[in-house]
Amino acid sequence: MEERKEILRVEDLHKSYGTNKVLQGISLNIKQGQTKVIIGPSGTGKSTLLTCVNYLNPPDKGRIWLEGEEIIYSEREINKIRQKKGFVFQQFNLFNHLTALGNVMVGLTEVLKKKKKEAREKAMYELERVGMADCAEQYPAELSGGQQQRVGIARALAMDPLLIMFDEPTSALDPELMGEVLDNMTKLALEGMTLLVVTHEMGFARAVADDIIFMENGRIVEEGPPEKLIMNPEKKRTIEFLQKITQLYGED
Amino acid sequence: MELITYWISILPELGNGVINTLIMTFLAVSMSAVLAVILAMGRMYGPRIISTLCKWYIEFFRGTPLLAQLFIIYYGLPSWGLNFSSFTSAVLAFGLNSGAYVAEYLRGAVQSIDKGQMTAGLAMGMTKFTAIRKIILPQALRFVIPPWSNDVIYTLKYTSIAFLVGAQELMSKAKIIASFNFRFIDTFVFVAIIYLILVLLLTLFFNWLERKLKIPGFEIKN
Ligand SMILES: Nc1ncnc2c1ncn2[C@@H]1O[C@H](COP(=O)(O)OP(=O)(O)OP(=O)(O)O)[C@@H](O)[C@H]1O
Ligand SMILES: [Mg+2]
Repeated sequence: MEERKEILRVEDLHKSYGTNKVLQGISLNIKQGQTKVIIGPSGTGKSTLLTCVNYLNPPDKGRIWLEGEEIIYSEREINKIRQKKGFVFQQFNLFNHLTALGNVMVGLTEVLKKKKKEAREKAMYELERVGMADCAEQYPAELSGGQQQRVGIARALAMDPLLIMFDEPTSALDPELMGEVLDNMTKLALEGMTLLVVTHEMGFARAVADDIIFMENGRIVEEGPPEKLIMNPEKKRTIEFLQKITQLYGED
Repeated sequence: MELITYWISILPELGNGVINTLIMTFLAVSMSAVLAVILAMGRMYGPRIISTLCKWYIEFFRGTPLLAQLFIIYYGLPSWGLNFSSFTSAVLAFGLNSGAYVAEYLRGAVQSIDKGQMTAGLAMGMTKFTAIRKIILPQALRFVIPPWSNDVIYTLKYTSIAFLVGAQELMSKAKIIASFNFRFIDTFVFVAIIYLILVLLLTLFFNWLERKLKIPGFEIKN
């Protein structure tokens, strides 16, 4: 197999809130076009990990590289780095005062400083990609959760990021709306986008992930491709956790 | 009927005052709006010193009587070499005072906005300043229209105390007229009616503004 470019590399990441050690030495890397899925019990630090990688929540210790270049935190540089990492939120976090189109455009005009016309075309293209072009003029409050999340994905895509991070993108959705979001994520993965996804949708993980990371208490317990981690896990904690989510979320 | 004739006869003189009242209100309200944005943003997002200064400012202007503020500006500041006309003093007092109140309404509005809005802006690479300008403020300003419109109406009515430093607005004109002809009740009832009409017009304007800026999801819940 050809050697693919490394997009993100994280080494020995630590983060505490007071005495609560949330991340205790996380290391991981993602190569171009890979999809990695992070699973793990609630309160284990999965969201914290994603926000630390983006410095929305600066880590206490640890090093992060983006495309082989180490990120040195500074107020000025950090915005450039964040542009390159898309973020899709559990609660969608669409800008409530902007239409679907406005949500996708605002990063293009305000961050990448593109002309209105160019931004609009690019935004329409991304909305089409997630099947939301028909709702371009609608406001978040007028969209279903699934539709909002698809706009959230288009908003991340519009910035042409190196990778997109998803924090439980379907867990705020009614079951019948999850499919449209997961389908779009699957499509992105197949198109070669690099994805780092926190989710408990094991069907998605099994079908799409190159690797699954099982995290607990701020540490990575086990990492491996789905056939190994799901079918043949090594660690006892992994087995127990997988049993628990199969009970909770069903087989798929 | 005689009363109506009297009102019509003093209307030209009062009309002058009405115009001054409106100009005074407009200037004070504009000043207050700009000041409120600066104070609220400074208090919430500024560095510690700025934030504290904004807080003190707000506490001072909300914690002391408006009339005292007006007198300090008109009678007090000249002793520091700052001389303002009575009209300017009034605009300053009403603007500085209302700015403190509106800043607090604005702060409340910003605090009611979900944290995820700011996070999403930062996550896509916006600077904090851009996120405030493009994401937080446009939402907060929509929420703040109802309390702000109340404040504008208050300011309009408060301008009536500007006659105490000799500014030529509606109330002062009325007072001059009445002290000549001693028809105090007749005159001030008419003045009250004029204020009422102005307030109603403002209310209509704000209703229109709210409708015009209406966005699904931003309906005011009560
Ligand atoms: N801003 C914060 N201040 C203090 N503690 C926090 C903060 N954010 C998270 N924590 C704590 O950090 C721990 C990890 O939280 P985190 O949200 O990363 O977990 P998670 O794995 O994403 O859980 P979930 O599956 O419920 O989303 C929790 O104990 C949480 O209480
Ligand atoms: Mg989480």
